[in-house]
Amino acid sequence: MRFFKRSLFTLLSMAGLLLLVFFLSRMTGDPSYLFLPLDASPADREAFSRLHGFDDPIYLQFGRYVVDLLHLDFGRSLSQQRSAMDIALEAFPHTLKLASTALAIAFAGAILCGSLAARKPGGVVDRLISVFSLTGASTPDFWVAIILVLIFAVSLGWLPTSGVGGPAYWVLPLFVLALRPFGLLGQVVRGSMIGALSSPYVKTAYAKGASQTKIVFVHALRNSMLPVITVAGDLAANLLNGAVIVETVFGWPGIGRLMIDAIMQRDFAVIQASILVTACAILILNILLDIAYVVLDPRVRHA
Amino acid sequence: MTYLVESTKTMNSGPRRSRLGTVLSLLWADKFATFAALFLLLLMIACLVGPLLVGDAAGGINFAGRNAPPQLEKGFLYILGGDNLGRSLLARIVVGAQTTMGVAVAAVVTSVVTGALLGLVAGYRGGLVSDVIMRLTDMIMSFPSLLTALVVLYVLGPSVANLVIVLAITRIPVYLRTTRAEVMEARSRVFVTAAIAMGASPARVLFRHIVPIVLPTLLTIAAVDFAAVIITESGLSFLGLGIQAPDFTWGSMVATGRNYIASAWWLSFWPGLAITLTALSLNILASWLRIVTDPQQRWRLEGGRKDD
Repeated sequence: MRFFKRSLFTLLSMAGLLLLVFFLSRMTGDPSYLFLPLDASPADREAFSRLHGFDDPIYLQFGRYVVDLLHLDFGRSLSQQRSAMDIALEAFPHTLKLASTALAIAFAGAILCGSLAARKPGGVVDRLISVFSLTGASTPDFWVAIILVLIFAVSLGWLPTSGVGGPAYWVLPLFVLALRPFGLLGQVVRGSMIGALSSPYVKTAYAKGASQTKIVFVHALRNSMLPVITVAGDLAANLLNGAVIVETVFGWPGIGRLMIDAIMQRDFAVIQASILVTACAILILNILLDIAYVVLDPRVRHA
Repeated sequence: MTYLVESTKTMNSGPRRSRLGTVLSLLWADKFATFAALFLLLLMIACLVGPLLVGDAAGGINFAGRNAPPQLEKGFLYILGGDNLGRSLLARIVVGAQTTMGVAVAAVVTSVVTGALLGLVAGYRGGLVSDVIMRLTDMIMSFPSLLTALVVLYVLGPSVANLVIVLAITRIPVYLRTTRAEVMEARSRVFVTAAIAMGASPARVLFRHIVPIVLPTLLTIAAVDFAAVIITESGLSFLGLGIQAPDFTWGSMVATGRNYIASAWWLSFWPGLAITLTALSLNILASWLRIVTDPQQRWRLEGGRKDD
């Protein structure tokens, strides 16, 4: 029931989002000024508008848009003259690969570092890891990206500056994208792990002679994962913020860069298609996180 | 009114000083927090008097100092080097601090006030009003904030006011949800029921009895959020939809410097470092604040006495 209600609300949110985007993107100005030469005659502009239906009243355009959507027709890109959904679906896997790898790295790093720090709160390891993860959470990603390109690509020449290709192309974008989530998650893991380690069942585990590694990574970790998963949900939506920046700096042909380009070119259909794809991805992710919650917490399962 | 302020001052002067002393000693106990506080103090001074001191060096064009590398020969103003128009980078960072901080403060204050008010209404009234407010919040939260900001800024046009509005909108959900959750919890407490039973109006119950409980939580979130807002603003300025010339922030300085990155790294490096240090200081202070306000962890800063 909870799941059903949540999906319904997410679908409603998506409809609202599409509505907003439709009207907002049409307020950005007349696309004919971008796609026709500057000296095009007013008659040419009118013909262009009529061809793409921009001269109809906006409610008619919207009605047509909704009918097309129900037929799974997402419109054609003005700049590339092909289906907008194809373009969005082509770009999306690039972002998905990058973002999921980055999130996995951030997750693993945060769990390891956060647990190590929580073993002795206030100790040397804890201070070092805290400062490192706080710094990770505090650095602007575009700045780190530029500085890393300068050091490793321009000065040392070890890694390519931008583009897609072999493993070498992945190093810098992954590092930059994983840095902030790692910092934020590391703080959360540390906090909830300190709480879990001071609970009675951990004392019991010590009393019966379980090793410290086993206590931290088996007993306490599972319980301290719940707040982490809550944060990870918000983080995933925010990971796309990072993806926009990283894709811009490193010339990654993903959906973030596609959207920025489409906004700049007033390519309405592409903006709408890519927002739809992104929203669907976030919806699926939230469902997966709900399932993870149920797996980890028996109280939710039986409620 | 003056009398009232005066009297509360004299009443509190004794205990307040010792409280300030306690706070300072707790701050001193955490050396990272001490440095963070000192840095933010320095930054505040720079925001207030910086433009008066070095305002001239931050404007105008000086081709002699074009992309001048960091050096000591040209005087302390060029200790961090010069930018693409030969202006002192140090002076521009000091002057840019005012816009950077100004935008962030305005955005955080707007989002805290709006979020808290809506959260109070949603939490206290419940029902349909609450549902509508919460669904709108979900909608904002279900989409990457940077992209929302980009679309809105592109439509409205980039200006300082629009930037503040956009940044505020993307941060409102956090405060709204926190306030609502805490209000719903506080509403069921005995003293609130008592106040309602004694005939207090909803406004009085909210502002007199509930807001004081919610406020500390909101302020702690605001400290962390402040850092996030500075970073988001600089990201938008970096993508070209934030602050426009002749205004500048640290973020737009990094963006300008990107074109010269291979020949003059200092153009991007110093403003970015300023953003990092500011955000780091805020985050460190926020985590210090969490420890100080948590009775279970506070002993760590009170002379290390631990009783298990």
